[in-house]
Amino acid sequence: MRYLPLTPDDRVQMLGDIGVDSIDALFVDVPASARREGFVDLPHFAGELEVERELAALAATNVAAGSAPFFCGAGAYRHHVPASVDHLIQRSEFLTSYTPYQPEIAQGTLQVLFEFQTQVAALTGMEVANASLYDGSTACAEAVMMTKRVTRRNRAVLSGGVHPHYVRTTQTLAHAEGMEVVALAAAVDAEDAVIAAIDAGTACVVVQTPNVFGTATDVTKIAEAAHAAGALLIVVTTEAVSYGLLKSPGEMGADIAVAEGQSIGNALNFGGPYVGLFACREKLIRQAPGRLCGETVDADGRRGFVLTLSTREQHIRRDKATSNICTNSGLCALAFSIHMSLLGEVGLRRLAALNHQQARALKTALEGVKGIEILTPRFFNEFAVKLAKPAVQVVEALAAKGVLGGVPYSRLDPGAGLDDILLVAATETVTAEDIAAFKTALTEVMA
Amino acid sequence: MSSMNSVGRPTAPAQTNDYIHPTLTGGRGLLQDEALIFELDGWGKTGVDIPDADRPADDLAGLLRTDPIGLPGLSEPEAVRHYVRLSQKNHAIDLALYPLGSCTMKHNPRLNEKMARLDGFADIHPLQPVSTVQGALALIDRLAHWLKTLTGMPAVAMTPKAGAHGELCGLLTIRAAHEANGQGHRKTVLVPTSAHGTNPATAAFVGYSVVEIAQTEDGRVSLADLEAKLGDHVAAIMVTNPNTCGLFERDIVEIARLTHAAGAYFYCDGANFNAIVGRVRPGDLGVDAMHINLHKTFSTPHGGGGPGAGPVVLSAALAPFAPAPWVVHHAGGFQLAEGPSGEAASAFGRMSAFHGQMGMFVRAYAYMRSHGADGLRQVAEDAVLNANYIKARLGDVMSPAFPDGPCMHEALFDDHWLDGTGVTTLDFAKAMIDEGFHPMTMYFPLVVHGAMLIEPTETESKQELDRFIGALRALAAAAKAGEVDRFKGAPFHAPMRRLDETLAARKPKLRWKPEANPPLAAQ
Amino acid sequence: MRFTKDHEWVALDGDIATVGITAYAAEQLGDVVFVEVPDVGKTLTQGDGMAVVESVKAASDVYAPVSGEVVEANGELGGAPETVNAAPEAGGWFAKIKVSDPAQVEALMDRAAYEAFLGTP
Repeated sequence: MRYLPLTPDDRVQMLGDIGVDSIDALFVDVPASARREGFVDLPHFAGELEVERELAALAATNVAAGSAPFFCGAGAYRHHVPASVDHLIQRSEFLTSYTPYQPEIAQGTLQVLFEFQTQVAALTGMEVANASLYDGSTACAEAVMMTKRVTRRNRAVLSGGVHPHYVRTTQTLAHAEGMEVVALAAAVDAEDAVIAAIDAGTACVVVQTPNVFGTATDVTKIAEAAHAAGALLIVVTTEAVSYGLLKSPGEMGADIAVAEGQSIGNALNFGGPYVGLFACREKLIRQAPGRLCGETVDADGRRGFVLTLSTREQHIRRDKATSNICTNSGLCALAFSIHMSLLGEVGLRRLAALNHQQARALKTALEGVKGIEILTPRFFNEFAVKLAKPAVQVVEALAAKGVLGGVPYSRLDPGAGLDDILLVAATETVTAEDIAAFKTALTEVMA
Repeated sequence: MSSMNSVGRPTAPAQTNDYIHPTLTGGRGLLQDEALIFELDGWGKTGVDIPDADRPADDLAGLLRTDPIGLPGLSEPEAVRHYVRLSQKNHAIDLALYPLGSCTMKHNPRLNEKMARLDGFADIHPLQPVSTVQGALALIDRLAHWLKTLTGMPAVAMTPKAGAHGELCGLLTIRAAHEANGQGHRKTVLVPTSAHGTNPATAAFVGYSVVEIAQTEDGRVSLADLEAKLGDHVAAIMVTNPNTCGLFERDIVEIARLTHAAGAYFYCDGANFNAIVGRVRPGDLGVDAMHINLHKTFSTPHGGGGPGAGPVVLSAALAPFAPAPWVVHHAGGFQLAEGPSGEAASAFGRMSAFHGQMGMFVRAYAYMRSHGADGLRQVAEDAVLNANYIKARLGDVMSPAFPDGPCMHEALFDDHWLDGTGVTTLDFAKAMIDEGFHPMTMYFPLVVHGAMLIEPTETESKQELDRFIGALRALAAAAKAGEVDRFKGAPFHAPMRRLDETLAARKPKLRWKPEANPPLAAQ
Repeated sequence: MRFTKDHEWVALDGDIATVGITAYAAEQLGDVVFVEVPDVGKTLTQGDGMAVVESVKAASDVYAPVSGEVVEANGELGGAPETVNAAPEAGGWFAKIKVSDPAQVEALMDRAAYEAFLGTP
């Protein structure tokens, strides 16, 4: 077996050194009733070629986004990732190391985390950021729980523009924690409606921009209203490339900014692994979840980096920890950071502008199609379309014509009664031919 | 005779090995000092060629970002060099033994990486029409089948994103089941003193209070203490098996029986499943829920701290409450039950957006399929053999915390053997760095003084184990011979000397900041 | 100065008790990196969690040694937590409490009793 270096002779010799005569002697503590003599009922050993055949066959039955005109978004976006990113994250020293518990031999990972934290803080316009969480949705839920600790209040108000999966993830955790979640009704231009829902017991207000319908909103007034009531503002972003074009959460008065970082450096991967971005005001950092990397010096006075403020965390604080998180999303954060370093501010701004241009081109193309109405008033690279037919049927019909034509809102929130809403996104990967093919196919399907 | 050859070039090293001439630049041979990306003057630079676009639409007026963001760029050659230089400051499994107890740092097969990057897995959107992702759903279904078969459990929740996320999923499932059964008053979780910190942290996160269970002299859960603390107020127990002392809980079946008799559920922390995979099924032990760290037992890379994946196997009693979504198989093919009605109507909620860590699923499945039922059993046996070999070969110079009987996949030592040497567990670990090895897990579990927890895994050859054992024996001899300086200042040969964690925590600097004015806007 | 078994000290001046952690506690913690002091105006009952003191690898709750209202907190510790190590029983004080029951202070150990308590294995 190619992954097992011990030879039969090694095993015999080692058992002798241990002083037992068989491997079974090392499993004596297993209760007799649970000892299994034979193999479990699964296939046996397979060579690399066999495994590759099986998996390649499975993969081939999926329609890859790159093989078709592709317009899906709704929290996961297809962007071009430079080849060097994937090469670099496969360096053994990044790929096969773990959480940097021994800083003297983990400065590579630690310096990357320090750079990542700085990049995320800059992008979100916030003072500090952590070393990543699992994804955007769990970052949102963790942020809401954090505001309970900070404000000692128990009520969270979520706008109807927040991605329904994020809402559901937050509700799940809040229910367990005994925190009340007020999730407002879904609406294309939902953000401003949260102001009326803020009261003296509100710990936080959660808004998303661009929101799940693609609507971009200046949330400055919401921040003012939240702060006047003693509540914190959490700004969610599911498309991190939008930071290159739109006002940052920090500029609009956010206390905590959370985002899905997949768009930068990471493939679609059918939903995971992704990377949650988490940034906040510096004064809140001791209540923040997740790992933090900080600068220090070594015994010779040279600059170095360590994990710090660890007393917030589960391995020290145990049942009083700010979160139970241990493993985060290190390699995805590395991919994010490398891609971001390659882009730089110049590249990110160009990339964002190009995304917006492509989405406008898509809007222009679809405007003339009968049976559809474009709903989103102001958008970055995604907008909502109201269809004269159920959206699930439409995307299946489009798929039959070889077009992956967006995400039905009902996939995100099956019970909301918005079965006729389709979310469509266009990134830099979309071509003029793709847009023309989409228009033609949609015209046929809607006819 | 001098050692000069005919062109005056020395052919042997100088005698003064212990004198290190400081370099003038901070670089040391292949090891380069590397500035932060913010110090490389890349404010106007980019390494990605992107065409200029039209001006944004007028309806975004007032929404546009006008402030400088503060992000430097690097050309591709600069970026490659920056990250390669940084990478060389990391220890890695690919370099040498990485015996972090409880972390299962085993070899990460490269076939897994290749498979996860197939377009049909990496380049598919989570919300494409299900007709276009049948192969992806089939893969999740196959992996689920393997996990259920290996654990002897009837159901599995696939979406949790790491071990601690799996614990959260397990306890939320248990909580939902209690609430559905009129047992919502149960608010206590029992956790052994030796538990991972994630166990009490997760219980508290779910709104439960934590009560610790005592440990016996031989490193197991005290049945007497468990029995005394069980009652109508207890929602669940969380027990790691094999436990964090590297020992199999001999009374595990009785632990499960007592727990169930008290109306509570048995959550098993499956971090150490690698010790028993293919040989023992947790379902045969009375477990109700257990997470499986795919990045430990099933070889997906640790990536410098993730991503992980933590599917949770569930008993029949708990299965209906599992979080949405899950894969279902109908006559027409695979579908996703996404709730809140229909097949996922009783789901307790959702762990995250989308369907879980697909990229990790592909890697884990490629690994399982490669090993097969026979290979996985051999994995457990070799992991346990390697750990016992280390325990046997170091037992005379270090002090095993539990000398009697075999350990499982990790060997636990205390610091008793360092008494009087002036060397601590931390010093010893730092000296291991100088010898080229990653230290073991230190000061955990908390129940053993100065704990050193060594988990070699099955992917170490006997030669590498002997090299490791030789290094530790030599260090132990040096400690006992009074060579305190070798330890107190260690590491001497790593990319950095010991770092000042106190300074980092007292005066937190969590990001780079420009010394004077913010960098110019890169327009 | 009076002492508790949780290694806090109390110095009473009129009805104002100054409270901190003992030199022994500070040494056991190691380098203190952060102190969370109570809010002024907070009412405490003897034994309530009052403050948190952290080293790099540990966090400890500090319990109110007496009941009363917090009238002053040591804001200096925010920027200089190392004071707790340098002068635990002087400049490293945590809070001043207006005591509601001075008898609680009398019931605590005096220095001799505390030192005897420390000597107990």
